Amino acid sequence: MSSEKVIRLKVKRKDQMDSESYWEEFAIPYRPNMNVISALMEIQRNPINAEGTQVRSVAWEYNCLEEVCGACSMRINGKVRQACSTLVEKLEQPIQLEPMETFPVERDLVVDRQRMFDALQKIKGWIPIDGTYAMGSGPLISSGEQQEAYKFSTCMTCGCCLDACPNVNSGSPFIGPQALAQTKYFNMHPTGKLTKNERLEVVIGDEGISNCGNSQNCVEVCPKDIPLTTALAELNHEANRYALWSWLKK
Amino acid sequence: MQSNSLTADPQPVSNNIRKRFVLSRLHSLAGIVPLGIFMVEHLLTNSTALFGSEKYNEQIHLIQSIPFLPLLEIFLVAIPLIFHAGYGIYLSMISKSNIQTYKYERNRLFFFQRVTGITTLVFIIYHVWSFRLAPVFYGTEINFDLVNSHLENVFIFSFYVIGVVGAVFHFTNGIRTGLITWGVTKGPASQRIAQKICLLFFAVFGVLGVASLFAFI
Repeated sequence: MSSEKVIRLKVKRKDQMDSESYWEEFAIPYRPNMNVISALMEIQRNPINAEGTQVRSVAWEYNCLEEVCGACSMRINGKVRQACSTLVEKLEQPIQLEPMETFPVERDLVVDRQRMFDALQKIKGWIPIDGTYAMGSGPLISSGEQQEAYKFSTCMTCGCCLDACPNVNSGSPFIGPQALAQTKYFNMHPTGKLTKNERLEVVIGDEGISNCGNSQNCVEVCPKDIPLTTALAELNHEANRYALWSWLKK
Repeated sequence: MQSNSLTADPQPVSNNIRKRFVLSRLHSLAGIVPLGIFMVEHLLTNSTALFGSEKYNEQIHLIQSIPFLPLLEIFLVAIPLIFHAGYGIYLSMISKSNIQTYKYERNRLFFFQRVTGITTLVFIIYHVWSFRLAPVFYGTEINFDLVNSHLENVFIFSFYVIGVVGAVFHFTNGIRTGLITWGVTKGPASQRIAQKICLLFFAVFGVLGVASLFAFI
């Protein structure tokens, strides 16, 4: 038993929202093809730290286990990514797990991603189809446009782009790349286009695109390979034009 | 509750909320149009030192004979510069660099843009004092010999090399990000080409600037 391979984990923990963080190490038995989630499940099953003391098991969020829900984002060896699609064998040990500290940390690796859902409300991240009368079917969307929109539709609000962005932090009002890319997504839809200017008001607002510093970390860390920086540059174009014309029209 | 209905015109947000957007665009514009153009002109003027002290003194004389020169200097250089520097310092203060973790090329450029912004400001304050303000106060003539007397000091010379290279980097990298800010280069392919062209500009103006410095000693 003692000759068995072990995986060493170092987890940044926090007991409550207002308590201090601390590091705790764990050594868990190795199994082939483990991912970070299955390593954390092992701790859950047997919550004993590297010193052999029984501790509270590590809290984290997960759901789909196939990189489509966005719940298990965390900093793994420093970089933000999805725990489910990160294979233990490909990582340097001890594996360092930290919560995405750009968001309020609730407990251990669990963060509150509410600000991204609030942001989707601000940009009106929906297609308004309800009215007092039937408005008929919408215009057709070409397959090229469908393909482009599809990439943006895969956004799972995981928060990686916000966590890696140097301009999303407590000192900056920036809404972040996720919400801005969704603005482009809803604005390119032929019915969504009808409320385009309302979304652009947010884009040129205080929390909007002017906070982007072009570090382009967002597109590098996006687990879904969403062309975030392309959306940002396109929005720059739209926002500049909209801001100028709406000012000249006053 | 958010309204879910179609409205013809959005309720325009008060101008105050757009302030950050307007300031950021003016910041980009100020960096490229008056300041960038001025820097290219300045580097070209100084490069006449490569053709000897007489050519340089002649060129300085020509510039000093431009009518309303102090007004042009104040409105086309000093004011845009103070605004660009002030807002730039604010921007670098609210960003939180993470190049230790994310060693991507553009993230490094993002970091160096902020570092060179600060070095350029320090350099410019010293440079403007030595060659523009001090001669006015003390009545010394600006010419090749004055520059030569400063640059003969090896510390000042090294400071100038760092200052010039930093300023050229800040300008050429600023063109790259400016093209994104103004929505010209949208996709990754065009942004890559723009980056290469800006790197070429950096090399050309960097070499020109440093060669001009050597011409003064």
